[in-house]
Amino acid sequence: MIAEAGLAALWLAAAMAGLQLLLAANVVYSAREEMVRAIRPVAIAQGFLVALAMLCLILVFAKSDMSVKLVVENSHSAKPMLYKLAGAWGNHEGSMLLWVTILGIAGAAVAVFERRLDQRTLSATIGAQALIAVGFYAFLLIASNPFARVFPAPADGEGLNPLLQDPGLAFHPPTLYIGYVGISVAFSFAVGALVTREVGPAFARAMRPWVLGAWVFLTLGITAGSYWAYYELGWGGWWFWDPVENASLMPWLAATALLHSVSVLATRDGLRAWTIMLAVVAFSMSMIGTFLVRSGILTSVHAFAVDPERGAFILALLAIYIGGALALFAMRVGTVRQGNVFAPLSREGALVVNNLLLSVILGIVLIGTLYPIVAAGFGVHLSVGKPFFDKTTGPIALGLVVFMAAGPLLRWRRDQANALLKRMTWPVAGFGVALIVLVPFAWGIGVLPLAGLALAAGLAVASIAPLWGRNLRRTPLFTWGMVIAHLGIAVSLAGMASDSAFTKETLVVARIGEPHAVGPYWVRLKGLRPVIGPNWSAIAADLSVTRGEGGAPFILSPQARYFSDPPTSTNESAIATRLDGQLYTVLGQPDPSGGYQLRLWWKPFVTFIWLGGAMVALGGMLSLIGRVRRGRVRVVEDYYA
Amino acid sequence: MKPKHQRMWLAGLAVLAVAGASGLALSALKDQAAFFYAPGDVKKQGLPLGRAVRLGGLVQGGSIRKAADGVTMRFVVTDGTATTPVTFKGIAPDLFRENSGVVAEGQFQPDGSFVATNLLAKHDEKYQPPELAGKLHETKSLKQ
Repeated sequence: MIAEAGLAALWLAAAMAGLQLLLAANVVYSAREEMVRAIRPVAIAQGFLVALAMLCLILVFAKSDMSVKLVVENSHSAKPMLYKLAGAWGNHEGSMLLWVTILGIAGAAVAVFERRLDQRTLSATIGAQALIAVGFYAFLLIASNPFARVFPAPADGEGLNPLLQDPGLAFHPPTLYIGYVGISVAFSFAVGALVTREVGPAFARAMRPWVLGAWVFLTLGITAGSYWAYYELGWGGWWFWDPVENASLMPWLAATALLHSVSVLATRDGLRAWTIMLAVVAFSMSMIGTFLVRSGILTSVHAFAVDPERGAFILALLAIYIGGALALFAMRVGTVRQGNVFAPLSREGALVVNNLLLSVILGIVLIGTLYPIVAAGFGVHLSVGKPFFDKTTGPIALGLVVFMAAGPLLRWRRDQANALLKRMTWPVAGFGVALIVLVPFAWGIGVLPLAGLALAAGLAVASIAPLWGRNLRRTPLFTWGMVIAHLGIAVSLAGMASDSAFTKETLVVARIGEPHAVGPYWVRLKGLRPVIGPNWSAIAADLSVTRGEGGAPFILSPQARYFSDPPTSTNESAIATRLDGQLYTVLGQPDPSGGYQLRLWWKPFVTFIWLGGAMVALGGMLSLIGRVRRGRVRVVEDYYA
Repeated sequence: MKPKHQRMWLAGLAVLAVAGASGLALSALKDQAAFFYAPGDVKKQGLPLGRAVRLGGLVQGGSIRKAADGVTMRFVVTDGTATTPVTFKGIAPDLFRENSGVVAEGQFQPDGSFVATNLLAKHDEKYQPPELAGKLHETKSLKQ
């Protein structure tokens, strides 16, 4: 029953989206009063219905209803409840339903909250959203019905990939999806503004909160995903340049560029066409990301749907939306009035360089990600990996850091070179001091990590410079946001550089009682014991760890886990977090001689990577709160003016 | 500067940046892309020396040996037409086993053996790296 109700809700939501599209077209071209009044309720109804469908799917998973095909293929009655629920979106059909659910709810939110746009632009925006939604509804209802039944119902399900049974993975896909879908809303704003030719500061101010929100969620999702891969896969790395990681990085890069250019448009009415173009590109990247992950074209754990028909369907959607948006852009870009002029040496100038460098990185990541797929079309099997991406994006990213440090110290419109040099004194001093301190005892760490550490110090000083001489309590929230976000990048960069420069590794066969050194730690294997979990069994190694020879000992227990449905084994690393880094331990296989393989890492300041990511997201959130609040005040002022 | 000129400048810069990015990416791809090899490819194409590559195939039954230090192991990868001996130091992935698929990242040595820095095995019973699936399929059809 629940499954049928879900399917019915999905069909009704699709119908609402179609209606929404018709109403929007009508409002844009004739503006009849009753149509104008109908469009908001219809958008809200669509959001409500699709949320209902998602809720039904979650319920079916919670009840382990084995007459639903999707539950059979991705769940098991013995699974903990959290992973039963997460199972609802830990698969192809469910994740696509989640995608369109977030889209529907976001559309309803635009209909309820957006008061700054004029009626026609708002309707065109809502219409563009409905158009995106219609394609995804068609995809779900025609090619991947999540509520399909199976008869006869089997006794139990096939289980969920154990790698996916982790709190990190239960939460980070929805977080990323909110980011992806938030970008699609920004895209709809751009389409709406193009349709009604209303590209200007008002439009930028309306779009900015959506870009900011999407960007915060993308940042959180990428940070959480990176930490998940780090502790769950047991390989000790935090970024693999896996195509699926790139699928989330590319929209983030585009959204970061968009975020900065939207500021130029809102504040100084410049970069009009460029901002619209970036909105189109950012959305294209989130669509390409969806396509890469969901079409089964990739070599990845995440790409679980190996089905050419679905791949072709998403590819067609991709072509229609991106092609359509680019065509609209090409037709209308001539009517977008030229914005304000600015001097090359100005805040705008620095933001243009920031945009260009981000676009260059984006281009390289895109080429590196798609190249193997294109080559496969010509019968050449190759894979592009970490060496390529590190070598090409690393130096450009460091160059970007320099402009990031200088940008906020520049004035809008026009600035003097001498004044900038004066303001850069302290950041440059920070860079120099770090370099002088590091060079003597860290000469062997390589050029990039050394440059990374020194630049991180310079950027940290430059980031807090805009707060100097200000009354901190009267400093606007969005200035705080910028400062914290930029400081977060410096912290993250320091963590990355430190990890690649100073990590110590020990790989041994450990026998009970023998001490092994890694970094400042001594590790002894005390013993092994069996552990039983809800749907797995494991062998845990108890490691007694001391810092130096005389420190107080503590216990770490890495596990080797075995899951029976489906039969799989995984490693559970054990990690000790200290202020100056992490001790990371992994248990390997038994050795015939009676020992156990142990892999130990000492990673100084590695936690800074994710701490920085969290700071960046926090900065975005503060900015968002500041902007929304200020927007409210403005609307109220306009009302009484 | 007139608005039109500024627009031209910005467009020029953007084109330059995109061209630069593509150039950089393509030139790096030429010498950095890790190409995918099966043992049989080496006979046809020669040894790719001095370059990080991926080697894929099946772990030959009965070929896994551990060295005395307990963390170095040797095994043989086969694609049905040829074999390559592989040395790997580290903890093998959980589903690494004999007669099962594996993709090794590393470098070929002048003697035709392979030193792996990383092993990618099947993640679970359902999953197999597509590049490997394609390769095995290809060798099968070649034999017929």
